[in-house]
Amino acid sequence: MDITSLTLKEIKEALDKKDISSYELCLACLKRIKKFNKNIHSFITVREEVVKEAKIADVERKKGSKKPLLGIPFGIKDNFLTKGIKTTSASHVLSDYIPQYDSTVVSKLKSAGALIIGKTNLDAWGHGSSGEHTDYGVTNNPYAKGYVTGGSSSGSAAAVAADFCVAATGSDTGGSNRQPASYCNIVGLKPSYGRVSRYGVIAMASSTDCMGLLTKTVWDSAYILSVIAGYDRLDSTSKEVPVPDYVQEMNKPFKAKIGVPKEFFDGIDSHVSKKVENALSILEKKGHKLVSISLPYVAYAYPIYAVVQTSEVSANLARFDGIRYGNGREYFGDEAKRRIMIGTHSLSSGYADKYYKQAMKGRTLLIKEFEKAYKKIDLIAGPVYPFPAFKHGERETDPLKMYLSDVLTVPANLTGHPSISVPIEFVNGFPTGFQLIAPHFSESRMFKVGLDIEQELQMYKVKPKLW
Amino acid sequence: MVNEYFLPVIGLEIHVELSTNSKMFCACPAKHFGIPPNTQTCPICLGLPGALPSANEKAIKDTILIGLALNCQIARTSKFDRKQYFYPDLPKGYQISQYDEPISVNGRLEVKSQKSKVKDVIRIRRVHIEEDTGKLIHKKVNGENITLVDFNRSGVPLVEIVTEADMHSAQEAKEFAQRLQRIIRYLGVSDCDMEKGSMRLEANISLTKINPKSEIRNPKLPNYKVEVKNINSFRFLERAINYEIKRQTELLKEEVTPRQETRGWSEADNATIAQRYKETEADYRYFPEPDIPPMEFSVSFINKIKISLPELPEEIQDRLRKFYKLPQDYLDVLTKDKRTLEFAEKALKLAVSQKVDPRFVASAIVNQKADLERKSPEKFIKELLDKKKEVVSDEPTLEKWVQEAISESSQAVADYKSGKLEALAPVIGKAMQLSKGRANPVLVKKLLESKLKN
Repeated sequence: MDITSLTLKEIKEALDKKDISSYELCLACLKRIKKFNKNIHSFITVREEVVKEAKIADVERKKGSKKPLLGIPFGIKDNFLTKGIKTTSASHVLSDYIPQYDSTVVSKLKSAGALIIGKTNLDAWGHGSSGEHTDYGVTNNPYAKGYVTGGSSSGSAAAVAADFCVAATGSDTGGSNRQPASYCNIVGLKPSYGRVSRYGVIAMASSTDCMGLLTKTVWDSAYILSVIAGYDRLDSTSKEVPVPDYVQEMNKPFKAKIGVPKEFFDGIDSHVSKKVENALSILEKKGHKLVSISLPYVAYAYPIYAVVQTSEVSANLARFDGIRYGNGREYFGDEAKRRIMIGTHSLSSGYADKYYKQAMKGRTLLIKEFEKAYKKIDLIAGPVYPFPAFKHGERETDPLKMYLSDVLTVPANLTGHPSISVPIEFVNGFPTGFQLIAPHFSESRMFKVGLDIEQELQMYKVKPKLW
Repeated sequence: MVNEYFLPVIGLEIHVELSTNSKMFCACPAKHFGIPPNTQTCPICLGLPGALPSANEKAIKDTILIGLALNCQIARTSKFDRKQYFYPDLPKGYQISQYDEPISVNGRLEVKSQKSKVKDVIRIRRVHIEEDTGKLIHKKVNGENITLVDFNRSGVPLVEIVTEADMHSAQEAKEFAQRLQRIIRYLGVSDCDMEKGSMRLEANISLTKINPKSEIRNPKLPNYKVEVKNINSFRFLERAINYEIKRQTELLKEEVTPRQETRGWSEADNATIAQRYKETEADYRYFPEPDIPPMEFSVSFINKIKISLPELPEEIQDRLRKFYKLPQDYLDVLTKDKRTLEFAEKALKLAVSQKVDPRFVASAIVNQKADLERKSPEKFIKELLDKKKEVVSDEPTLEKWVQEAISESSQAVADYKSGKLEALAPVIGKAMQLSKGRANPVLVKKLLESKLKN
């Protein structure tokens, strides 16, 4: 058995029983990365030093350390600042940037004993749904050569799917964790806005950015969330809501009333919707109740998101003005330039009323619509992507076609609700995800229901054949 | 037509750096004057990738306090906004400021009117909080002209106070600014030191045509305005405004509307120099700062700050006037700063308890200000009483000193005669000096007043 294929839960058990060591695990992961990453392009930076750190972790474990993630190799999305480790955000603008400090998520992971095996690829600055907008080589879908992984956490998803690391961090601004998780047969988590600190992650759209995870299973996701969640005095938008033991919460019996919005199935690829319906019927069989609902404002979610997100992007990228980070503004790629221009326009006097302010009003209506729905239901369920994974270059030249990828994931970013993508049956050989959206700070609910699908389908046992 | 004249319409925009311990959005020290460059910085005030601001509660309370002292309405909800513009001293590419929901609005401050005994009310449009920028230092290094950036000042809490264009002369604007400085110093929230840049003045000046028969109090605002920056003393404020009034009057007489522009006061040229001219207003693309949740101030929160509001110079003057029957020019000197006031209050109390005329004590304080720092009020009163024994109240002797003082203080005398009542103090001081402190100051003052009246 290859130890890299184990889930976090299995690895923790094996480490506890001394069946394996962190050193062996990290070495095996590195070996795999060396062999396959040149084709997958999931890492921008690989840290060979991780094996030394793993040895130290093994000594610590022998001494009785109970750190929750001791010696576990993580992939860190390359927009999370890592002290002393180059952080590029997959853009040449920051090709030489070595941060002076760790993002809060990274420092929490480190305190829990986790190791950084490398920094993962992404659509530069988080701008993308396919992993193609990177300056560091387009990420290949481990399940389908020449096909996209989804984005923007493309490298994190591919690395976890390819067993290069046990788990990885991701930032989700409009679906960036759930989308690549869906196309790579893994679990993608976007926690509630304010659940996990944003401090130290290069901001994309500050009001929708959520720091989350890409993991092999729901258990792994729940377990790590308990480590990284919590109030951070450095992030004024993080909330002082107590962090539960999500694994414990997940195992309590719960039968949910699940709302299935018809708008989530409008214009969806019929093969995708069939697999999603299968997953829904599994849940029904397991005792959950399905309720058909309607969320009419979901139709406006993407246009609202496009304005809010690009507006914030245009402000957040202003600091890369060529004065301090070595490379000038000409290093920005087309997608970043596109978003900066759209956002700048949306905020300009004479246009702000029509675009930015109008979008903010729409956002309020969307939030109200979701809150109203949650008075009658416990969770919302639907697909993640409206269509299966596509070929490299297929949508890249048509930004509008590309933006369609986001229609089902952006609502949760605009409302701030937690959401998860759980793998379901493949569509014509391509992985697909099932999306759950829960009320604020009710992550446990989606873990519980997600677990029911996972236990039934056991998709995490289906491994890609790398080349 | 003949009766028409040009009335200056002046508004001020005043920036005050708060003397909080830490900066507005991070834990770096806020005190930056004279500190080696870039030694008080962190990821937040350097605007490094991923850094996020956390608002300084003390600075927000101080801003509310200033708002209350200026009789403003305090907002129950307020928020921060991003003001976007490019400049090398602004590391994020935007300044965190306040746009449409400032902490306080609609205040007022009274200043002495030039023409009548009635006080003029200057309306305060808004008081808001924002962050200061870094500082550019232009230097020649190895024969090359370069610009360096010091980020110690970046993120220091900065309060912006904007008045309505209610002032009509340089003197009035100066009076307003001085009064504001004194109030903020009394609040203890800033040292308002113009030399160190912790108080910065900008004036908007324009002229409007007035028919004296019509209502002067509500003049029509002109369709242009000239903004003057780089004013770092009250004297320059007065000069810059007077210069602008003259410059604009000349243009208007030629029927040329002055250009709407930003000018800078140049000390070397003793003139304002055109700096920036824009066809349209700058578009800062303001939008709500998503990194800081909106603020809500409860009534009890505001009331708590209200209770901490100290007695302000005007109120103190009223009290001292009623209690000790002191004249206005004395009151102005005694309430000039907190330290003088504290000394005076103690000394006046002692004077009453020892049955000494408070006016005599007040006059001694006013005229011997320089010595006060080294003395306790008790010692001061004791010395005063000792001296009083040898106080000269004999009129011919006083007359000699007074006459000499007048001839030696021609400028002050001229000022006094032209209506500047506070110019009498140095003349009294001179007479006191000539008498080696033995002259009865109350009599000296009376004598001077009667002499200069003619």
